[in-house]
Amino acid sequence: MSLSVLAQEAAAEGITNTGLAALTYGIGALGPGIGIGYLVGQSVQAMARQPEAAGMVRTTMFLGIAFVEALALIGFVVFFLAQA
Amino acid sequence: MIFGAEFPPLSHIVNWPEFFGNDVWGVNKVVLVYLFAVILTMLVFVLGNKKQLVPTGAQNFAEIAVEFVEEGIVMDTMGPEGRKYTPLLLSFFFFIFFCNIFEVVPVIQMPATARIALPLVLALIAYFVYHGSGIKEHGPLGYFKHALIPPGVPAALLILILPIEFISKFLVQPFSHAVRLFANLLAGHILLVTFAVLSASVWSASPVAVILPLPVFGVIAFVAFEIMVSLLQAYVFTLLAGVYINAAISHEH
Repeated sequence: MSLSVLAQEAAAEGITNTGLAALTYGIGALGPGIGIGYLVGQSVQAMARQPEAAGMVRTTMFLGIAFVEALALIGFVVFFLAQA
Repeated sequence: MIFGAEFPPLSHIVNWPEFFGNDVWGVNKVVLVYLFAVILTMLVFVLGNKKQLVPTGAQNFAEIAVEFVEEGIVMDTMGPEGRKYTPLLLSFFFFIFFCNIFEVVPVIQMPATARIALPLVLALIAYFVYHGSGIKEHGPLGYFKHALIPPGVPAALLILILPIEFISKFLVQPFSHAVRLFANLLAGHILLVTFAVLSASVWSASPVAVILPLPVFGVIAFVAFEIMVSLLQAYVFTLLAGVYINAAISHEH
């Protein structure tokens, strides 16, 4: 079944496209949320174990966060596109 | 309508009417923010360039900021041979930061980076710089070989690796570079608008609502959060530009 048919059926049952888009963004944010949590947790552990390497770990951590976060942000943009 | 609050549609919180002029040459709030950011960025360069040995006042601040970018971004990502890219990354960092910080400056309260145009142009500048310097460093054919073939990949896998590397390096990379900045700032702007609308509606609904000051504290907390985000996003954009340049010009294999 195509996505547009699904959306039509949902609209007929009173579920709006906005609601679906919001729900989809919520699902899309799950993965990056877990990813960033894991990433920052491990980085904090690394910094605690070896404080002299904190600067390097921090730079790499922000870099990793930026890459993981991009997925959630693309979901955020798609949310607005789908909502229209 | 959410909780009785009238939330403005998205187009109302990022589109601004022109103060004067129209169409391409119109000056609206966003263009004004561009101008402020350009002037402030130039100010950092002028102050950081002063030859006074013992810095005073604003020069002190500018020198700390310049050193932060040089040591924290350029040296960390590219090492000493990246020093010639310092002016570029410095202007990226400060221009993006000043465009972002107008998100929380009273009266203006509009990040210029919440419109895709500016992040896209900046990402394209970075795109041409890192591919250009890669081609200059390795030669046209050598650069494509360097960029598309990771070291130590068996020849049989190349048919799979080449398209993936091409799409990720030449198509997705600039897109995600721009969208990361844009979507973060748009999300922050919407967050602040949402809490401001909520506070306003709670304020005006009834005097009893004084016992529900949660949205007001939300606004205060999120303003602090957005100051951090605007600094962090300027840092991340510049850091990624540095990483991409380093990937293009490095000689590992």
